[in-house]
Amino acid sequence: MRPFSFTKAGDIASALKINSETEKAKFIAGGTNLLDLMKFDIMHPKHLIDITGVALKTIENTEDGGLRLGALVSNADTAYHEEVEKRYPLLSNAILAGASAQLRNKATNGGNLLQRTRCYYFYDLTTPCNKREPGTGCSAINGYNRLHAIFGASEQCIATHPSDMCVALAALEATVQVTGPNGDRSIAFEDFHRLPGDTPEKDSNLSEDEIIISIDLPPKGFSENFTYIKNRDRASYSFALVSMAVGLEMENDTIKEARIALGGVAHKPWRNKEAEALLENKKATKENFEKVADAIINGAKAYQYNEFKIELARRTVVRALMQAAKIDK
Amino acid sequence: MTNSERKDQPEAATFSVEKRKVSLTINGVKQEIEVEVWTSILDLLREHLHLTGTKKGCDHGQCGACTVLMDGKRINSCLSLAVMHDGAEITTVEGLATGDKLHPVQEAFIEHDAFQCGYCTPGQICSTIGLVNEGKAKTLEDIRDLMSGNICRCGAYNNIVKVVQEALERSRS
Repeated sequence: MRPFSFTKAGDIASALKINSETEKAKFIAGGTNLLDLMKFDIMHPKHLIDITGVALKTIENTEDGGLRLGALVSNADTAYHEEVEKRYPLLSNAILAGASAQLRNKATNGGNLLQRTRCYYFYDLTTPCNKREPGTGCSAINGYNRLHAIFGASEQCIATHPSDMCVALAALEATVQVTGPNGDRSIAFEDFHRLPGDTPEKDSNLSEDEIIISIDLPPKGFSENFTYIKNRDRASYSFALVSMAVGLEMENDTIKEARIALGGVAHKPWRNKEAEALLENKKATKENFEKVADAIINGAKAYQYNEFKIELARRTVVRALMQAAKIDK
Repeated sequence: MTNSERKDQPEAATFSVEKRKVSLTINGVKQEIEVEVWTSILDLLREHLHLTGTKKGCDHGQCGACTVLMDGKRINSCLSLAVMHDGAEITTVEGLATGDKLHPVQEAFIEHDAFQCGYCTPGQICSTIGLVNEGKAKTLEDIRDLMSGNICRCGAYNNIVKVVQEALERSRS
């Protein structure tokens, strides 16, 4: 790791102030991704601002009947929180599908949103990568791209976002509360992460000088009809090839609302709202689910080694919807 | 040659070592240690305190060999900066036995032959104790899933699972 200097911030205001006055500074909390990337020399901040001492460590009810997840609460404490397990089991399941118990004990909710891609070329300093070094080219497009995107990619970057938690947050339509030198703002979850376009070095719309305060969950948690499926190369502790978060609002066997978010397939959690709308006021049948699955994969684009993901995504949509609707055939 | 003469290495000329005093309770003993700010808990244990029971496997949070208990919770000590955990209580594999009497989980590893080379074992032992403290593992499948952050390249998994099962049963009785 390259040398750096270090400050522990007592509160958010001083963290923001130190950041504005220091060159190449970076906030650090759980550190499970940033320190790893620093050891690989992929990220090299000159100064770290430890924000673990500031007060963003609670999970509490919001006035509108939702739940506010503090940015510094650990992934483990969030997944096992009584209210999360009861009202947002989809989120709990998704968090527990990611990483290992040791990592979840340290990794924070804010950090989970900001984790970087697991594209092999992003990690390999000997190869060009537009995300790591803008303008050098993408090694994955014509390389080994088994892990890579089938939706929303660009000529500059075909990396995927690695989070499981974020796939559930996309389905739940959470809101990210942030603060910075220009004050507070709310970012709808679908606007938080970005597609790569011509600026793949930017993973999210959070500015370098902003801090995530909380992730707010709306009242609707789909705790009756939900599922999180993660397809991966081994049964545990592995990144998703295709993952899926589904929440259904049902009246008897009729679907009133469907949310379907896909992970491991794009630079951000992927949703197709037009396809989801096909299920409105429809019966929960395999036939209807297959139509939605076909609509979701319509427009998918594969590369040399990830064509299997398109069929895997189609089948996973059907299976996830059947699990969430609790039907067998 | 002084640093300023090394014109080919501009980084070295501006290099400065920032150190901090950190107070940690390690295996029940409170200690003040001065470390560079980039020192991980793992390097602090191994290089500064010579507690080499905790192993450096990958140094990237992927193998679990560096697992220790921090304030009762299992974590990867390789991905934890010492300066960020001032005041923490850390238990390593060296802190589990009482005198010559091994911790029941250590005994169970021997009894069930749950290792071959032994390199991952200190991490496996701390992880097992962390898993029992968490109280979330109910089934065999849960055990396998919740121990998956500890890799064993000798493949002693079947016997490690038996140790965890026994530790869970003991915690319930």
